[in-house]
Amino acid sequence: MLDCTPKEIKERTGGVINPAKTCQPIGAMYAALGIHRCLPHSHGSQGCCSYHRMHLSRHFRDPIMASSSSFTEGSSVFGGGANLKTAIKNVFAIYNPDVMAVHTTCLSETIGDDLPTIIKGAEIPEGKVVIHANTPSYQGSHITGFSNMVKGMVNYLSTASLETKKEQVNIIPGFVNPGDMREIKRILKVMGIKFIMFPDTSGVVDSPMTGKYEMFPKGGTTLAELRDTGNSKVTIALGSYASGDAAYQLERKCQVQPLIIKTPIGIKASDEFLMALMNKFTVDIPPELAEERGQLVDIMTDTHFHFHGKKVAIFGDPDIVIAMTEFLLSLGMKPIHVLTGTPATGGAIGHTVGNFEQEVGEMLKQAGVAGRVKAAGDLFELHQWIKNEPVDLLIGNTYGKYIAKAEDIPFVRLGFPILDRSVHSYLPVVGYKGAMRLLEMISNALLDRADRDAKDQDFELVM
Amino acid sequence: MQKPILWEDIILDRAASIATKGKQKNKIRCDTDSVAGAVSQRACVYCGARVVLNPVTDAIHLVHGPIGCASYTWDIRGSLSSGAELYRNSFSTDLKEQDVIFGGEKRLARAIDELVKKHPAKVVFVYSTCIVGVIGDDLEAVCKAAASRHNIEVIPVQSSGFIGNKAAGYRAACDALLRLIKPNKPMKRTKKPVINYLGDFNLAGELWIIEDYLKQMGVTVNVAFTGDSSYQRLKKTTSAALNIIQCAGSMMYLAQQLKEQYGIPYFNVSFLGLQDTSDSLRKIAAYFQDEQMQARAEALIKRETERIMPELAWYREKLKGKKAAIYVGGGFKAISLIKQFKEIGIDVVMIGTQTGRREEYETINELVNEGTVILDDASPSELEKFMTEKGTHLLVGGVKERPLAYKLGIAFIDHSHDRKHPLSGFVGAVNLAKEVYATLCSPVWNYL
Repeated sequence: MLDCTPKEIKERTGGVINPAKTCQPIGAMYAALGIHRCLPHSHGSQGCCSYHRMHLSRHFRDPIMASSSSFTEGSSVFGGGANLKTAIKNVFAIYNPDVMAVHTTCLSETIGDDLPTIIKGAEIPEGKVVIHANTPSYQGSHITGFSNMVKGMVNYLSTASLETKKEQVNIIPGFVNPGDMREIKRILKVMGIKFIMFPDTSGVVDSPMTGKYEMFPKGGTTLAELRDTGNSKVTIALGSYASGDAAYQLERKCQVQPLIIKTPIGIKASDEFLMALMNKFTVDIPPELAEERGQLVDIMTDTHFHFHGKKVAIFGDPDIVIAMTEFLLSLGMKPIHVLTGTPATGGAIGHTVGNFEQEVGEMLKQAGVAGRVKAAGDLFELHQWIKNEPVDLLIGNTYGKYIAKAEDIPFVRLGFPILDRSVHSYLPVVGYKGAMRLLEMISNALLDRADRDAKDQDFELVM
Repeated sequence: MQKPILWEDIILDRAASIATKGKQKNKIRCDTDSVAGAVSQRACVYCGARVVLNPVTDAIHLVHGPIGCASYTWDIRGSLSSGAELYRNSFSTDLKEQDVIFGGEKRLARAIDELVKKHPAKVVFVYSTCIVGVIGDDLEAVCKAAASRHNIEVIPVQSSGFIGNKAAGYRAACDALLRLIKPNKPMKRTKKPVINYLGDFNLAGELWIIEDYLKQMGVTVNVAFTGDSSYQRLKKTTSAALNIIQCAGSMMYLAQQLKEQYGIPYFNVSFLGLQDTSDSLRKIAAYFQDEQMQARAEALIKRETERIMPELAWYREKLKGKKAAIYVGGGFKAISLIKQFKEIGIDVVMIGTQTGRREEYETINELVNEGTVILDDASPSELEKFMTEKGTHLLVGGVKERPLAYKLGIAFIDHSHDRKHPLSGFVGAVNLAKEVYATLCSPVWNYL
């Protein structure tokens, strides 16, 4: 049995065992993939780029393209400026993207490469754009990296070119799957609201099979749309950690009103998302969405007794975990261990966005659930909590399977990365439809388990 | 208007790294740095070191650096263990900004202390990452102090990502292993048929298959490097009579050092495919000049060959005339695959590696047919171009190549550490054929 975790908890200060996060650049790479015809570029040695592509490939099961500055010993002594200039030249000559989105690595950050200056001095073909984000790996997490690259899009591209703002909304969806982004776009279309979603990885990392390989698939937010974000009336940032910074930056730069709300996972957060749209635009909730909500409530009613009082451990990225915790509480479940690997307060530079421990702590308190909440935690610690106070269900990314197996707990995969299952990135967990899917996943996990454990005399046809 | 991409321009830059058999006289360029801005499939020094050392099952593998390096290598090797499972955890010092400014040595020392208290390991490998190389932490000193504090071995692995490519990482790993296996007092080398098996990482239990064949011949595996290895077993390394090497890319250096320092002779083997497996078993038996052992080897080869031939013949019939492209990490695997594909009636029309060596490329050139494209450190665009041009039906590659092949409507098999079926030995030869058949002849291609 793969279980090296002792039950006794002692304080650790030396590092992390079994991380619940990874480093900034992969988040930046994922965000950059959400721009139409964009090639993400990793400014550092080859390993980083290779790992990020591999990890994203495993999660999305689609080709993930990104170039590297291919640092050698020389570059780390004399600076990577020459490498980046060569890279910019080569990337446009060979791959011909519309946008090249450069992110730094711990190496290029530490030797102090000044990206804005290098980029300004580089030969960039006419009509092409190079943007950048600083993503030192020793700060924050992959969520911080995502946030920084989205902010980079605003810094470089958003322009307030009109005197009066357009009746349109910017949506920053956060570090979610392309299936989620499609669902959010569907909701906006059904509501009849004009929108620009950025980044938008749908159509890029879930592109259809045509038998022809496209280095730059159809999807992604276009350059024109990114520029036009400065003309929108309002920005709705879904999830404070991954999307908040960019929304505030758009306010500073182009006076677009920011609104930071939860990732719309579960009934309450989805309601809030629709209410926010209703408040900002004079629209009613269309019957289609009202019907979906009704169906969701119907399912929740039909099944609430399966969920009631069940203890849950949940870990993952802060925006997802915060919203999911709220949904679990609305089902009458008890999320008693809640953990993220990302540091407590988001926003690497400038604004502080989000406060994981306080936000989740408040929700648990209001629901009368005694639970442990931690930011900047690791899975070793979560495992120890579970050993000391067992749960009925574990929710998190693929790495949770070690704990689930060791402790024999039903396990629902949610978040990033999911490396051992397919289809997940196509199907949403956001909105009312997403909530239905989550209900199915959770109840299947619990009921399969009940069937498996039932003695013959307790085995039932109808549950 | 952006001028259209001319393949000729790209090829100009990369020309020396791409060859077509029968058309060029010059030798292929390999083992060079990639071009900045290229979408390379290559990895870094740390990656090379980690994949080699990771299968030491009872070691603490502590990655000194920011979290990413440890995250991405957490249990991705697929090397099975018959005992300890400690190696499947992910340990990192998770360096923060403060550590980068003031140095990470104290944090590293604390991390070792805490880990050693939790997990009673006899050896800790401490990997340096890019940043540690730049900020200049004295790994050697921290490890030495920790070793004496805890009375165990704490071995630094000099694997900063930018000091070379993956091959430099293999060397760093071998240096770490050499430190570990150094005996306290000279060990007497045995005259018995006891061997070390270098360059098998026990993916999907492959080591166990080969160990079983050798046992049937009367040969004992002393230590495997590093599949299913442990501290105690590694300590016995220098007592072996012979070293055999499968993955030469990662282990040739170790074999050379073991010969130089301890006088252990070595030769290359390959247990991939019917022909290579049989040849290798014969070579080992011949080395020990034991007629009985040779007879046992022949009996084993005969029995196993007869057992699998009907199956292979069935697949051969189905797969005849299909064309394959190969893009793998090292040269040894590429060479074996060409032979293996011949056994099942498949032609190799494109072949490349990430870290192949000159002499391996020469062997590849000898083995392939006229017109086969041979390339070093290829980009996805190059793979796409040549696979399409050559009318490839199947690609053999790793994680990043899989979705690329599928998007092109090309069948795919994984020959990296992600694979779930053993591909070694006689049983592996059938598994490969089975896997090739499953993907090449899948009904999904009808829906394209």
